[in-house]
Amino acid sequence: MNIEHIVAIADLNARYADAIDANRLEAWPDFFLDDGCYRVTTVENVAQGLPLNIIYATSRAMLRDRVKALREANVYEGQHYRHVLGTPLITLVEAAGLRARTSFMVARVMRTGDTMLFATGCYEDHIVVDTPDGARFVEKTVVLDSRQIDTLLAIPL
Amino acid sequence: MNVHTAMRQWPAEGLTRVPYWVYSDRALYDEEQERIFRGDTWTFLCMEAELPTPNSFRASNLGDMPVVVTRDADGVIHAFENRCAHRGSLLCLKERGEVREIVCVYHNWTYDLTGKLTGVAFRRGIAGKGGMPSDCKPEEHAPRQLRIAVFAGLVFGTLSHDTPPLDAYLGPDHVARIRRVMRAPARLIGGYSQIIPSNWKLYIENVKDSYHASLLHMFFTTFRLNRLSQKGGLVVSDAGGNHISYSMTQDVAGKEYEQAGLRSANDGYALEAPDMLLKNVDEFGDGIGLQILTVFPGFVLQQIRNCLAVRRVVPRGLEKTELVWTCFGFTTDDDVLAELRLRQANLIGPAGFISMEDGAAAGFVQRGVAGASDALSLVEMGGSGTASEESRVSEAAVRGFWKDYRRHMGF
Repeated sequence: MNIEHIVAIADLNARYADAIDANRLEAWPDFFLDDGCYRVTTVENVAQGLPLNIIYATSRAMLRDRVKALREANVYEGQHYRHVLGTPLITLVEAAGLRARTSFMVARVMRTGDTMLFATGCYEDHIVVDTPDGARFVEKTVVLDSRQIDTLLAIPL
Repeated sequence: MNVHTAMRQWPAEGLTRVPYWVYSDRALYDEEQERIFRGDTWTFLCMEAELPTPNSFRASNLGDMPVVVTRDADGVIHAFENRCAHRGSLLCLKERGEVREIVCVYHNWTYDLTGKLTGVAFRRGIAGKGGMPSDCKPEEHAPRQLRIAVFAGLVFGTLSHDTPPLDAYLGPDHVARIRRVMRAPARLIGGYSQIIPSNWKLYIENVKDSYHASLLHMFFTTFRLNRLSQKGGLVVSDAGGNHISYSMTQDVAGKEYEQAGLRSANDGYALEAPDMLLKNVDEFGDGIGLQILTVFPGFVLQQIRNCLAVRRVVPRGLEKTELVWTCFGFTTDDDVLAELRLRQANLIGPAGFISMEDGAAAGFVQRGVAGASDALSLVEMGGSGTASEESRVSEAAVRGFWKDYRRHMGF
């Protein structure tokens, strides 16, 4: 185990979550490589070996498109998230990067003041630490513990 | 008509008005369970592909009532109430799996996969003491059996002997349009569920409301996936409760949106990577890019380009509904088509570019009508009838739903 690896992953996820929670969604795609992959799926789909995702993007351009749609096209009630992240568990260290699992809980706060535990799960991350811009996600798979989503999932997790 | 419905009067205007008490009356909710979900209707339970092998099961629902759907050792599909004959405990505690028999965890009563009670633990007691009297017949308390009909890989169930045969219940248009989509053996690609903060009927109305599609879902219109100016149509069954809305992939021009000055007509709006999301193939060979089909009370079959799904609308209380999505392709899919389905799945579900608003919209109505139970909603787009028509700027399918609903409920 290398403490620097843990710090690098924790720092990347902390910045990532902070951008989402602070509604800086335009910064969200930049945590990924150009051909980075982002998926949101459920434990149930993973356990059954089923490939369906709730969100699926295979490039930074697709992530920017999602932000654009959220800003300009999609209609949803005012809301924001609060992420609470666990300590990264490094599962693999290789030349191509690090793989790590980080637990998360996300509270959703509606414009009415209603606050709920919206999602729990883990990030299955594949990270490169040494790009010119610092650490970036090659792949981020959000595995939700529950198959149920309340009302809608607009803002990314 | 029982005591409760007798107290309620449907507005004199008929199908063009819906009283808001239908979404907030607890006694009415309970009566719907009995007269609709446990009455003379077919409820979609699961896809046949969800029971892939002999001795497999899938948990499902008939309205509020939990049911288990099974495929027995001989491959025959059954469904029965998920309730032990003894004390009423759930029999099946998993969503899906494989078993040779079903054992109630509470007191170990056992059932075969047809739902027949096969064993009562310590029935004769131990060492001549305890046990059940010899004249007690627990078999007579067995969970209720459903009638099953399997059509085009879809499993439907009903508790009533009076429900018409499934093909008659669906009608010839729906039989043809379901067959059209289910063109080969289905292969599951996954699922999830969405909690809708409203009465179940508000979600079903939303699905049948072809008028809202390009007005609420601006992603849809901006990319010309389904402008109402696209050629298509609306089919409503004779009884009213089943509908089909469809449109061709090609836009046949029309400047209605621009002329109306609607915010969705923003032609300058462009995605960076639209092909990654929207690229599709005409796998059905008929140019139809979108077909939404419902069967009363709570079944939806969806084809949005190559994104195929079934949705089960499960009431979870007066103001809570679970929408269970199951996405599928076919065993004949090549890798390219399989990947297209996954990419286009970005359009649907709780995070779907063209469906994320639906659950919220149903909730907005539920919240909006609090305190207005005697007020009426207006359902007059396209007139007052329920006939099939070319225009989808119509609420004919919504009126059709209420026509069938009132027939079942005795209003």
